[in-house]
Amino acid sequence: MAKTRFAPDRGLTARMTTTMFLLGLVYTVFIAALVAVFWRGGGAWVWVLVIAAGFLAVQFFFSDKIALAAMRGHVVTPEQAPELHAMIDRLCAMANMPKPQVAVSYSDIPNAFAIGRSPKKAVVCASNGIMRRLTTEELEGVLAHELSHVAHRDVAVMTIASFLGVLAGMLAKMGLYAMAFGGGNSRDQNAAVAQLLMLGVIVVAGIVYALSFLLIRTLSRYRELCADRSGALLTGRPSTLASALQKVSGSMASIPKKDLRQAEAYNAFFFAPIKGKGMTFANMFSTHPPLEKRLEQLAEISTQLGEVTPGQERDTGPAYDEIPGLAPPKSVAGADPAAQVPPSRPAEQKTAAEKWGVDPEPEPEPAPWHGPHSGEGYPPFGMR
Amino acid sequence: MGFLDALLGRSKPARPDLDQLFGLPNAALTLQAAMGFEATGVGSVCYREMEGQAFYQTQSDVTELLDADEGPKVEKSKDEYGYTWLICRGDPQDVSGLVTDLHAVNSTLEANGFGPALLCSLVGFRHPDARTLGLVYLYKQGSFYPFAPSGKQQRDTVLELQVRGQVANDLKVEQDTSRWFPVWGAPGL
Repeated sequence: MAKTRFAPDRGLTARMTTTMFLLGLVYTVFIAALVAVFWRGGGAWVWVLVIAAGFLAVQFFFSDKIALAAMRGHVVTPEQAPELHAMIDRLCAMANMPKPQVAVSYSDIPNAFAIGRSPKKAVVCASNGIMRRLTTEELEGVLAHELSHVAHRDVAVMTIASFLGVLAGMLAKMGLYAMAFGGGNSRDQNAAVAQLLMLGVIVVAGIVYALSFLLIRTLSRYRELCADRSGALLTGRPSTLASALQKVSGSMASIPKKDLRQAEAYNAFFFAPIKGKGMTFANMFSTHPPLEKRLEQLAEISTQLGEVTPGQERDTGPAYDEIPGLAPPKSVAGADPAAQVPPSRPAEQKTAAEKWGVDPEPEPEPAPWHGPHSGEGYPPFGMR
Repeated sequence: MGFLDALLGRSKPARPDLDQLFGLPNAALTLQAAMGFEATGVGSVCYREMEGQAFYQTQSDVTELLDADEGPKVEKSKDEYGYTWLICRGDPQDVSGLVTDLHAVNSTLEANGFGPALLCSLVGFRHPDARTLGLVYLYKQGSFYPFAPSGKQQRDTVLELQVRGQVANDLKVEQDTSRWFPVWGAPGL
């Protein structure tokens, strides 16, 4: 059986599974509470469910187009962007996955994102900003990261994961309004019971909302790490991806503030979130893991790839990406120290845009898009 | 990819099937008899250079192995997308010798745990009227497809479809034509 250098990160898998389990637990409790209330005969709540299901359907089926339009992404043909297409062609052949649609966004914000609920309907989009700043190889690393999101169906997973959380948020809000403006003058016993029930629903929904919010963010961070991991293994150049991350994060800070604030609404899609001033979110609220953590993981993969005698043999055949995967601490023997240092850019390397003559054409940045659940505080897709 | 793999953010590549390569000599005979295409005797293997010492060692092992026999040395070239092509040249009449070399490159990388780094292998053909054709072996799919460039960034789709029909009995042809990705400027074409 062939050796493989790509040991899975069982720790990451375990943490992700735990997160999903907890999320499921919270939702089960929530559904149980709802069913109890319905059983008591609160007919109006049914409509809340119907509306929420409608939202989910809209989000699930139309989110791609809405998001692409909001980000000013344009699907490009192989004739319009032959090099970008060729790069994705090869990555897809390496990853053995169907080719997604390719889009370019005329935005100078250096970022890339992937949308679409299934690999067949996916769109991978890169902004002019990122093509201008990164070398061809770095851009390839970024695209490999986005393709991993597509392969893992992260958009679908996160949409479904956040659905009940969104529903809980809606219920809590509607309940509050109903309490404030609705039955203030209840005298008979039935109305009092109804009031009490409503209060209970609001409390439960509020707690579910808060818990699921944290868990969804945690899940999102784990999936980012997974995408980094499989992206790095796909191209075989973790250090190049690390250097792209550093570059993109660095240039994020140099963008004028107005852009930054307006762009914050899109963080959920991005390869690296935009950090504005005063955005020093506690890590637990962030959709993306901190840069240091991502770099650390990539350095670890680099060490692993460089080992002359891979430590593990598995019997499942070669796997370029058992993604969540990082083996327990690896031996330092055989590590290639050079491989861990992000390569500086040799003089002859050109950025993707220079090489391909992509027109930067910065357009006025689009108005922030708040997504189908505006005000819920959720990233619409929780990814990228 | 299974449900659990998607849920856990894991992906597993398809099992490679290197034995498919040995169908090439028959396909070359068919192409010559039916369409007049002759092997150029040039074949190449395309892969990503992974970073780190381990890969470089494996790579030099492969070149050493192939250079051990007589005949032209193995060439290495890098394309504009950062992929490396290892080019083997041989007697145009001896397609099976060429295939053995290609198989050696593929299997050595695979045996050292670098199978995922392999993109494709290619064998070149030429028609007396100067048309060129490549049979591309997709490592991840274990299947072949024809690639016939005709000028800059253009491919001769009619010829490719004709070839597909001809070699269907000798090779496992990739059914999904959206995976027939072009390899412009591939060495050996």
